Amino acid sequence: MWKNIFTPKKDISKTLYWGAGFTTFLIFLGTWCLLSYGGFVNPLFLPTPDKVVVTAIELFKSGEIFGDIGISFSRVFFGFMLAAIIGVPLGILMGTLRFMEGAFEPIIGFIRYMPASAFIPLFILWIGLGETEKMAVIFFGTFFQLTLMVMDVTKNVQNELIEISYTLGAKKFQLFKSVILPASLPGIVDTLRITFGWAWTYLVVAELVGASSGLGFMIMQASRFLQPEKIIVGIMIIGILGLITDLIFKVIYRKSFGWMRKDGV
Amino acid sequence: MGYNVNAQHKLVIDQVGKVFTTKSGEVVALDRTSFSVNEGEFVTILGPSGCGKSTILRVVAGLEEPTTGQVFMDGKKVIGPGPDRGMVFQSYSLYPWLTVEENIVFGLKLKGISKKERKDIAKHYLQLIGLEGFDKHYPIQLSGGMKQRVAIARALANDPEILLMDEPFGALDAQTRAIMQEILLKVWEESKKTILFITHDVEESIFLGDSVYVMTARPGRLKQNIKVPLPRPRDYQVKSSKEFLTLKSELLELIREESLKAVTS
Ligand SMILES: Nc1ncnc2c1ncn2[C@@H]1O[C@H](COP(=O)(O)OP(=O)(O)O)[C@@H](O)[C@H]1O
Ligand SMILES: [Mg+2]
Repeated sequence: MWKNIFTPKKDISKTLYWGAGFTTFLIFLGTWCLLSYGGFVNPLFLPTPDKVVVTAIELFKSGEIFGDIGISFSRVFFGFMLAAIIGVPLGILMGTLRFMEGAFEPIIGFIRYMPASAFIPLFILWIGLGETEKMAVIFFGTFFQLTLMVMDVTKNVQNELIEISYTLGAKKFQLFKSVILPASLPGIVDTLRITFGWAWTYLVVAELVGASSGLGFMIMQASRFLQPEKIIVGIMIIGILGLITDLIFKVIYRKSFGWMRKDGV
Repeated sequence: MGYNVNAQHKLVIDQVGKVFTTKSGEVVALDRTSFSVNEGEFVTILGPSGCGKSTILRVVAGLEEPTTGQVFMDGKKVIGPGPDRGMVFQSYSLYPWLTVEENIVFGLKLKGISKKERKDIAKHYLQLIGLEGFDKHYPIQLSGGMKQRVAIARALANDPEILLMDEPFGALDAQTRAIMQEILLKVWEESKKTILFITHDVEESIFLGDSVYVMTARPGRLKQNIKVPLPRPRDYQVKSSKEFLTLKSELLELIREESLKAVTS
């Protein structure tokens, strides 16, 4: 059972693998229990685990949390969708046409280092405090990275595949549709999975100012009213939602790209 | 001493030279080279690594512009890649997201040939290359030899005027390579295509070709043209015949001088 435990890159038994992950989790939980039940930390800052669970159950029972989840999800979803709808085609064009790369790479490479949160005052000035502003923050937080990542994926399409296509009679448009797009699709789906994860992390920032609903807003309110258990529930829900969307993308990937595996579809 | 554009020549290479401009200066990849290929002929080009063999083929394919000279295909000047010149690379370059059958009819689909007709053509070529029953497989599930047979079928299914092959069996083991040579000869006799085939393997150049062009070390030039008087159809036993072995030692001598130059220069 303990075989290969310190051998680099060697496989270990499944039990050991899962056991290790479970143990880490237990240690984390144990430390939390020790600190909270043991009275080492003021409950105003760190609630006990059972209080968090009870709060979560209450929030779901009363149903008020569903509204927050819904509104937050729609902000993340539509902000991200907009980023993807513009970013994917733009990234593909930048990865294939040197002209498009020359035109957009410098400016996107520059803007992506500007923190999305710092633009909030500007967004408020331009588009007010409504839903659009929240989505704009999500959009801003993901669009530039997403575009550059799609560009890289597209650039990595093998040149010989493109040359072969020309000798088979492909015209320029056919080359995009029948070669470059399908060849980059797995990389694009993977890019969307990763950047959707980032979109969730921008949620609280987006709901920091001028929001009256949503998980981020709930977290801010809880902080104001000294309810750390509610903060923790909010954080966990965001984490779980992120995990679920990640899983959905992974399933799509597995189902769509059977040709990448030796055992087929 | 340029070539006159002559109607009976399928392919005319007239004073073609290529200089690459790199950061470290100019590289003469190919000296002015002229030769022609007749309709239905199987011509092999033999030369040490780096002598400009791929460059010639890429210029003929229209994937590279010559620095000097020009190429005529059926009397028409080559200005870019086109479906009249099919290509097979050493690295197979199959579309990994398409099945074997879809790979074979890729060019036909671009041309807008009907689904039924595509199916029939695919069937014919699957049989010709001995891969019946593999039509629904993906490239990742095939061995190297099988992949290269699919690449050959894909090029032929498009019905090109000439087939350009750049060391197509270079990545295969010796046994598979020998079998592939026989399969190729069978396919050639059946399809009556004109073939320009590049190799650095002396035996391969004789076994396949009607005539062998030997190239000098870089900068590449044609050194000699040797006719192969062996009768057709040929099978592997011809490789141990006296005529074959005489030709082989003659060519080995020629290529040895050039390989030595290539190694020591
Ligand atoms: N795109 C390129 N840029 C610069 N040099 C090149 C390029 N392609 C080929 N060469 C050089 O030209 C020479 C001939 O190359 P190539 O035709 O590929 O040779 P072969 O196929 O006979 O091995 C080599 O020295 C190679 O390094
Ligand atoms: Mg080469």
